[in-house]
Amino acid sequence: MNLKTHENNGTVVVSLAGEIDLEHSPSVRKQLMELMFDRRDVLVDMAQVAYIDSSGIASLVEAYQMARKNATRFVLVAVSQPALRVLQLARLDKVFALADTVEAALAG
Amino acid sequence: MMDTLFPARPERLCDIRRAVAESASRLGCPQPVVHDVVLAVDEACQNIIRHAYQGCDGDIKVQVSRDDHRLVVRLIDFAPPVDVAKICPRSLDELRPGGLGTHFMRAVMDEVAFLPPPSGAGNMLQMIKRIGEP
Repeated sequence: MNLKTHENNGTVVVSLAGEIDLEHSPSVRKQLMELMFDRRDVLVDMAQVAYIDSSGIASLVEAYQMARKNATRFVLVAVSQPALRVLQLARLDKVFALADTVEAALAG
Repeated sequence: MMDTLFPARPERLCDIRRAVAESASRLGCPQPVVHDVVLAVDEACQNIIRHAYQGCDGDIKVQVSRDDHRLVVRLIDFAPPVDVAKICPRSLDELRPGGLGTHFMRAVMDEVAFLPPPSGAGNMLQMIKRIGEP
């Protein structure tokens, strides 16, 4: 698993890559929640996510709930096919804000 | 057929996923089915690590075989027996982190059931996926 962040016009872009499973989801959760506590607008680029399980999805749900509470943005971008399959199984593809590209999400 | 013992630890889940994916592919599962079977096994192993062993050391025996048009996965642990009545998927209408693993297992597999474990084991979960002609 790899997590990198950079800023784009005041929005934090979190690029997730690799396998987000029970071993790595606590680290993903910690880093996302730090951004949420700082009330940052966050885009999560999931183009390179090869695998995500329920523990990884739980980290995204927790961050999403915090963003909603803080009225900040939390958008999943370019969600890979394996990750989209899991979001669909949880019916969360209708809950999260999704965007095809970082540029589209920033413009939205 | 695959019949391998793995340590029940989060950092070994990637090894279990690789081995199950390889076995399911070799036994004739198409790629989307392989992904679903891997997800179900991963979620079931997480439940064993978190709820059966509760963070203590232990092993998971992973068996994958083909029985005609069915892929049969059995996960055997050596933890104290779990209360099967307490294991049920939560409603998806409720938005909260966690609790999705059992739902995923039931959504992607055709059958999920606890069977009487072999002598010396604690629990045995059997999951079946119907697949095409061999």
